[in-house]
Amino acid sequence: MSQLVEVGTKAPDFTLPRSPDAKQRLADSRGHPVILAFYPADWSPVCGDELALFNECLPEFQRYGAELLGISVDGVWCHKAYRDARHFDFHLLADFEPKGAVSRAYGAYRAQDGFSERALFVLDGAGVIRWSYLSPVSVNPGADGILAALEGLK
Amino acid sequence: MSARLTPPVSARDHAQGPADAPVTLVEYGDYECPHCGRAHPIVKALQRSMGNDLRFVFRNFPLAKSHPHAEHAAEMAEAAGHQGKFWPMHDLLFEHQDALEDEDLIGYAASLGIDPAWAAPALAQGLFRERVHEDFASGVKSGVNGTPTFFINGVRYDGLLHPTSLLEALVSAATPE
Repeated sequence: MSQLVEVGTKAPDFTLPRSPDAKQRLADSRGHPVILAFYPADWSPVCGDELALFNECLPEFQRYGAELLGISVDGVWCHKAYRDARHFDFHLLADFEPKGAVSRAYGAYRAQDGFSERALFVLDGAGVIRWSYLSPVSVNPGADGILAALEGLK
Repeated sequence: MSARLTPPVSARDHAQGPADAPVTLVEYGDYECPHCGRAHPIVKALQRSMGNDLRFVFRNFPLAKSHPHAEHAAEMAEAAGHQGKFWPMHDLLFEHQDALEDEDLIGYAASLGIDPAWAAPALAQGLFRERVHEDFASGVKSGVNGTPTFFINGVRYDGLLHPTSLLEALVSAATPE
């Protein structure tokens, strides 16, 4: 299993495409908590359940002013099709080129498989990692840990 | 992560079976979810096998963005609950997962003797929306990670949705160490 970047450290900054024509820079998301959800792949069953659950939990996350970002190595067009098909109301970022670079920076890349770990990070408004969780690839982690972490930021 | 039922079962819950049963099975479910539909007869069978050793509790976890009828179906179950008809409505909904339009829901209410003139506006005005949302929020806190998610004596069950696996887990929870 991977070694995630440690809680208490500054979250590595990144700029990744979030759609065919827009990019998202992490440092632009200061002032509110950010949830980073690394996941192995669009369309795979467990990811779908995990992201569908998080999608339903958005109002719960928003109570804490938190922004959710999904990250996988899939490309922008794949993300777009997936997001549209599942009615996701949060952005999916494409860690596509160089492949998995951001996932690696967070210690959340499975080099042997060529995709991201199923890993969660909660960042505070200053961009410091305050909680993380590495889930077995086939297990949907649920959202209770995220909520507890957001509660802890208050 | 904890994955423990929060809050624990209380008088606000819909329960079948004795309160002092050695095992309590809690399901977080969605009336439009096909897996929950598959779980429904399994739960019935478990109740038959365990008898008074099992208390079953159902809480709402509508995945409303995936299942457009799930929220109203859950609200109708709660509305029926308000009239003392939660379980008959619960069964009707799972037995008719392909007919969950508002008119269908109001028709089920009528078939249970609930006045449609009360049920229709209750649904339209969202009288039971907050109650459903409380269930949902408790599910998120408890570590629900999809539907259905089961808790056995407060601990999330991560095994298969299969009668034998579930029965084994229940029996082992019922048996003192």
